[in-house]
Amino acid sequence: MSFINYSTKEINCKIVYYGPGLCGKTTNLQYIYNKTAPEAKGKMISLATETERTLFFDFLPLSLGDIRGFKIRFHLYTVPGQVFYNASRKLILKGVDGIVFVADSQEERMDANIESFQNMIDNLKEQGLSLSRIPYVIQYNKRDLPNAAPLQEMRAELNKDSVPDFEAVATKGIGVFDTLRAVSKLVILELKKQR
Amino acid sequence: MADTTLIMYEAEFKQINEIIQRLNREANSKFVFLVDKNGQLISSAGDTQHIDTTSLASLTAGNIAATGGLAKILGEKEFSVLFHEGERDNIHISLIGDRVILVVVFDNRSSLGLVRLRVKKATDELLNIFNKLLQKVEKEPLAESPFAEITDEDIDSLFSE
Repeated sequence: MSFINYSTKEINCKIVYYGPGLCGKTTNLQYIYNKTAPEAKGKMISLATETERTLFFDFLPLSLGDIRGFKIRFHLYTVPGQVFYNASRKLILKGVDGIVFVADSQEERMDANIESFQNMIDNLKEQGLSLSRIPYVIQYNKRDLPNAAPLQEMRAELNKDSVPDFEAVATKGIGVFDTLRAVSKLVILELKKQR
Repeated sequence: MADTTLIMYEAEFKQINEIIQRLNREANSKFVFLVDKNGQLISSAGDTQHIDTTSLASLTAGNIAATGGLAKILGEKEFSVLFHEGERDNIHISLIGDRVILVVVFDNRSSLGLVRLRVKKATDELLNIFNKLLQKVEKEPLAESPFAEITDEDIDSLFSE
């Protein structure tokens, strides 16, 4: 959950990138890191295996700027996507303020997307959270691949709640900031609602 | 309870800073910091100028979370103290209630025994303040919210490049 400090005038929120293995969660963060001005970002941390698969999480602190005198800071995290890291995924979801679900558009990864989406719902439920109460957006990544499933099909499977969704090619940065902007907006509006 | 937004007010922030500054002094440590269990840095004391405290905070929370996961598997409630020993520096990590993590980094000018002793005292004081803080937030949640009057334009302005 967010942390509001009236003394230092700061608001900190946590956004988690979720999705199946190799869907491009880390790539999203890397692109954001590379394209953000040095003064607006902290160091990106990747706890990864030797083969660059995420082992625990990636972490990227961003400061977005000021709203009404309060500094808005977002902490972006990715979960490890591989199925057997579920214990770690649960930990990263703790205290989440907003979620980006990154789906892999390749036809043959559709089952993995659906499984990961369900896994996210289950892991949230375990903490007494539900997707209906957490701001989230969906990103259909790897749209440039020849074996990408039709958008309509992906929407029908993954976006039953009709949340904001985006087509992306994270390696080239297409759709990456649109996704981040959308989820940030939802998170801030949610804070407003809560108060 | 652990899932509510953590809100920090001026008066409590000052008290907390005084406690961790004193802890840093009395434990003869290099620096001390407090982190929310979700990885947000709350405050720090001591020589943190050349330290990436944001990263440190996030990794500490990850560390505590992973250890908590281990505890659960073993049927423990939690492991409330972690200690990492290095060649030069050591890290003492402990839980304050179920929400906040206290981290003390020290070298051979101090000792684990001294740090543990001082941490114990500071923990009680900090726990007291955080409990009061939570009560306060519950009692007056609607007071002076910085968000009440936020507009779409405010949010959009964050992203205008």
